[in-house]
Amino acid sequence: MSMEEKQNSQTSLDFNQNIFKPTSREEIVEIVKNCFKKNIPLEINGLKSKNKIGRNFQSEKTLDLSEFKGIIDYKPEELYIKVKAGTPLKEIIEELDKNNQQLAFEPNDFGFLFSGESNSGSIGGVVSCNFAGSRRFKVGSVRDHILGFQGINGKGETIKSGGTVVKNVTGYDLSKLVSGSFGTLTILTELSIKVLPKPETSKTLIIKNPHLKKALDFLGKALSSSTDPSGGVFYPDYFGKNFVLNDLTHEGGLTAIRIEGPINSVDQRLKRLSKELSLLDQELSILDNEQSNIFWSRTKNLEVFKKLESNLLRLVLPISETLLVIQKLKSYDIKYFVDWGGSLIWAVFETLNPKILSDIKDIIKKHQGYITLIKIEDDLKASADIFTIDPIKYKISEKIKRSFDPKRIFNPGKMYTGI
Amino acid sequence: MSSLQMPKVDNSIMSKKDKIALDLRGIINSKNVLSNPNELRPFETDGLTAYRQMPLLVVMPETVEEVSQILKYCNENKIKVVPRGAGTGLSGGSMPLEDCVLIAMGKFNKIIEIDYENRCVVTQPCVTNLAITHAVQNKGFYYAPDPSSQIACSIGGNVAENSGGVHSLKYGATTNNLLGIEVVLMDGTITRFGGKVMDAEGYDFLGLMTGSEGLLGVITEVTVKILKSPEVVKAALVGFPSIEDAGNCVAKIIAEGCIPAGMEIMDKALTKATNDYSKAGYPTDAEAMMIIEFDGTEHEVEAYIQKAKEIAEKNNSSSLKISKSNEERLKFWAGRKAAFPACGVLAPDYMCMDGSIPRGKLAEVLNEISRLSKKYNLPVANAFHAGDGNLHPLIMFDANDKESLRKCEEFGADILKYCVKVGGALTGEHGVGIEKRELMCEAFNDRDIQQQLTIKVALDPNSLLNPGKVYPILRKCAEEGRVHVHGGKTKFPDIPRF
Repeated sequence: MSMEEKQNSQTSLDFNQNIFKPTSREEIVEIVKNCFKKNIPLEINGLKSKNKIGRNFQSEKTLDLSEFKGIIDYKPEELYIKVKAGTPLKEIIEELDKNNQQLAFEPNDFGFLFSGESNSGSIGGVVSCNFAGSRRFKVGSVRDHILGFQGINGKGETIKSGGTVVKNVTGYDLSKLVSGSFGTLTILTELSIKVLPKPETSKTLIIKNPHLKKALDFLGKALSSSTDPSGGVFYPDYFGKNFVLNDLTHEGGLTAIRIEGPINSVDQRLKRLSKELSLLDQELSILDNEQSNIFWSRTKNLEVFKKLESNLLRLVLPISETLLVIQKLKSYDIKYFVDWGGSLIWAVFETLNPKILSDIKDIIKKHQGYITLIKIEDDLKASADIFTIDPIKYKISEKIKRSFDPKRIFNPGKMYTGI
Repeated sequence: MSSLQMPKVDNSIMSKKDKIALDLRGIINSKNVLSNPNELRPFETDGLTAYRQMPLLVVMPETVEEVSQILKYCNENKIKVVPRGAGTGLSGGSMPLEDCVLIAMGKFNKIIEIDYENRCVVTQPCVTNLAITHAVQNKGFYYAPDPSSQIACSIGGNVAENSGGVHSLKYGATTNNLLGIEVVLMDGTITRFGGKVMDAEGYDFLGLMTGSEGLLGVITEVTVKILKSPEVVKAALVGFPSIEDAGNCVAKIIAEGCIPAGMEIMDKALTKATNDYSKAGYPTDAEAMMIIEFDGTEHEVEAYIQKAKEIAEKNNSSSLKISKSNEERLKFWAGRKAAFPACGVLAPDYMCMDGSIPRGKLAEVLNEISRLSKKYNLPVANAFHAGDGNLHPLIMFDANDKESLRKCEEFGADILKYCVKVGGALTGEHGVGIEKRELMCEAFNDRDIQQQLTIKVALDPNSLLNPGKVYPILRKCAEEGRVHVHGGKTKFPDIPRF
C-alpha cells in the first residue's frame, strides 16, 4: 500500500450497513478493500435506470454511487468534459448545452421503459452499458467517446487509462474494455469524455411507408449516399401512429432519415436525398429543427415502449440480414422498430419461453448478429442467458475478469455465470 | 544499437536453432521458414531504423491454422514470438529479439470480401491501408484512416498500433473504423472479435486488441467499415507570422464548432524543407503554416471555408490560399505528406516523435521544443496534426555518431515528458514500442501499469508474445523475476522508477 492510500484509508465507514453511499474515492477504496478481504460481493449502482438489464445475482452489499457526482473539469475548447462517474447524464447535458455542445452518441434513456418516465441515469451507467443511440453508424458508440477513466479494481487499487486528449495510444485501451462491461471489471470513478459541437441545424425527412422491405431499401440507399445522414429509423404502423408532430402530415408507418449540419448544406442534402431515393411519388414530411429533435429524442428514449409489460429484446445485425430475420421472427407475434439505419432492431415479444428464446438465438446467430434481453419476465430471467457468449470468449472473459477483479466481488454473475 | 535493454536472451533457445527450424518446417511449407542470415537481414528493423536486431528465425505462414500451430508450438517450447506486418512502424514494435521467431504476415495479402450492402471490407491483415481504398473507390467509397505511410503500411499493423492520420480529427483512428478481427492468441486459440455488426456484445476485446502493439495476439483477418467519399473536398493554405497565432486559430476554429476533415500545422523549418522538396507553393516566409481541409456537400464546404477564413484573418494570418481544384488541393498535401523524405535531405537521419497535447498548449510546447533544440544542439522540424493535438517533431541527427543518437533520444524523451506534463500523452498514433517504453512511468503509476501487465499475463502467461515492448523492462523484471537488470543501464536513467 502506498503512503497516499494508507492515509486515505482512514474514513469512518460503518461496515455493518448494507448499502454504501460513498461521496469520495477514498471511501470507495476502503469499501472495496474491505469487501476484497472478506470476500463480500458488491452490487454496483448509479441511478438504477438500467439495473434491471443483466442477470439476477446475489450480492451481500450494494454500492450506490449516486452521491459520488460532480463535474471535475469542462474545457469546451478542448472538446472534453471530465466528471465523476455518479454524475447524472442530465446534469452533464445541461452543462454542455450552455456551450452549444453535446455527447454525440445520444445514449438511450431506459427510464420510460422501466418506470414510465425519463431516467437517463448516471454517466457511469451509460458507459458501463454502452448503448448508443441513432447516431451510432455515423459517430460511433459510447466507447468511441471515452478518452480516459479512473477506476477502482477488485483489490481496491486505483487505476487509470487514457487521458483527456483525443489521440492517445499509450498502453492498452482499457477505456474500451470497461465500456459495456456492466460494472463487472472496475468501479468507475472518473470519466473523461469527448464532446462535440451541436450541429447548426437538424432536419428529418419522413417518408410515409408501412413496409419494412421498402424502408430498408430507403435506409440502405441513404446511408450509402454522400448526403451523410446521422439517423435512420423505421417505425411500422402500430408505432408510427404515436408520432403526432405539427410538421408530420401523415399517420402510420414511417421511415425517418436525419440530416444535420449548416442550414444551407442540410437543405441541399435533403433535396439530393429525395432525388436519390426517387421519392417523387411518395408522401413526405420534413421536420424542422425543433420537431426533428423531438422525434429523435423520443426514439432515443424508447418512448414507444413506455411502461411496457411484455418482453423487449435488442437485436443487432448486419444490415443485409435484417429483413430476413424480421420475416422469420414474425411468427412469434412481435412488434418492433428499426434503428441505426437498419442494423438495430428493438423487438417486443408478447410471449417468450425458453424454447422460443433458444429458437430466436439460433436465428440471430445464423445471421451473424447478437441479441441482448433488455426486459424479460422474472421467471424466464432466472434461467435465461441475458447475454450470449461462445466457449472461447467465455474463457477469455473469465481471465480478463480475474485480472481486474480476482475474487469476483463486482456484480458477480451479472453478465455470465461465473464471471 | 544504443543502450536499449531487451529481455534476456534464452541461450537454450539459441542453441536449438536448427531443431526449431526443423520443427517449424514440419508445421508450414519449408520454404517459408527462413534461417540463414542473408534471408533474415531484411527483417532486422522496422520504421524505427536506429535500432536493429536479427531474429533467430523468420516464418511466413499462409493460413490462420499455420499461425495457430506456430504459436502453439512456440508457447509449448517457451520461444519468444514477434509479429510483423509491413514493417513500417515508427516505434520499434516489430523489432526482432535475438532469440525470437519472427512471424512475417506478408503472405496474408488478399482482400477477402467487399460488402457494399453492409459497407465494409473483409481483408487479410497484410493488405496495405491504401489498397482498401483503391479496391472500393470505383464505387465512390473509401477507408477513412490515412496514416502518412498508407501506401506501404498494412491494415493489420494499423490495428496493432491503432493508427491515425491527417483525417482522424473528423473520422477517428483505426479503432473507430474497425468492425471485427480474427486473431490467434499465444496458446494457438483462434477466435473472432466483432464482425460485420457494430458493438459486439460482451467485453470489448476488439477495442482491447486495437493498439495493443502485438502483445496480445496475432491478427489474421480484419473487417473495416468504408465510407462514401465526400462530394466536395477543399483545402486552404494559411500562413501565420507566429506559432502562437496559428495555435490560437486552431483553438478558435474548434471552439466555433467547425470540425474540419484535417487541420495540419508545420513550422517554418519544415515548411521550407517540404516546399523545396515538393514545390507545393507554401508561404515559406511564414513562421507557421496551416493546411485546413473541409469535406461534405458544396454548400457545407463553402460555409466552413468562409468561417475558417474569417477566423484565420482575426488571428493575424499573413496569407491564405483556397484550393481551386482537386489537383491544387493534392498539391497542398504533397508537401506535408513528404515531410519525412524532405527531412531526409536535411540530415543523415531523423527521429519522428509522436506526442499528443491539448490543442491550447501548442505554442507553449513548440517553444519548449525550440529551447530543447538549442540545448541539445540538434535541429528539429515540426509537423502537427493540430486539430487533434498530435505533434510530430522530427529531430535530425547522425545515426553513425553514437553521441548524436544518444542526444537525439534524450531530446525526444524530454519532448514527450513535456507533453505529459501539459496534460497530453506519450504517443498519439505511433505506439510505445521500444522507443517510449521507458517513459511509460511518466504517464502511468505502478498500479496502472500493473493492471495492464495483469491483462497481458492473463492472455500470455509466459510473456512470449512480443516481449520487451510497451512496458518498461525494469517493471517486468521486478514483477516476473526473469530478467536481471542493473540499475542505470537503461535508456533514460534519470526518469522516475517504480
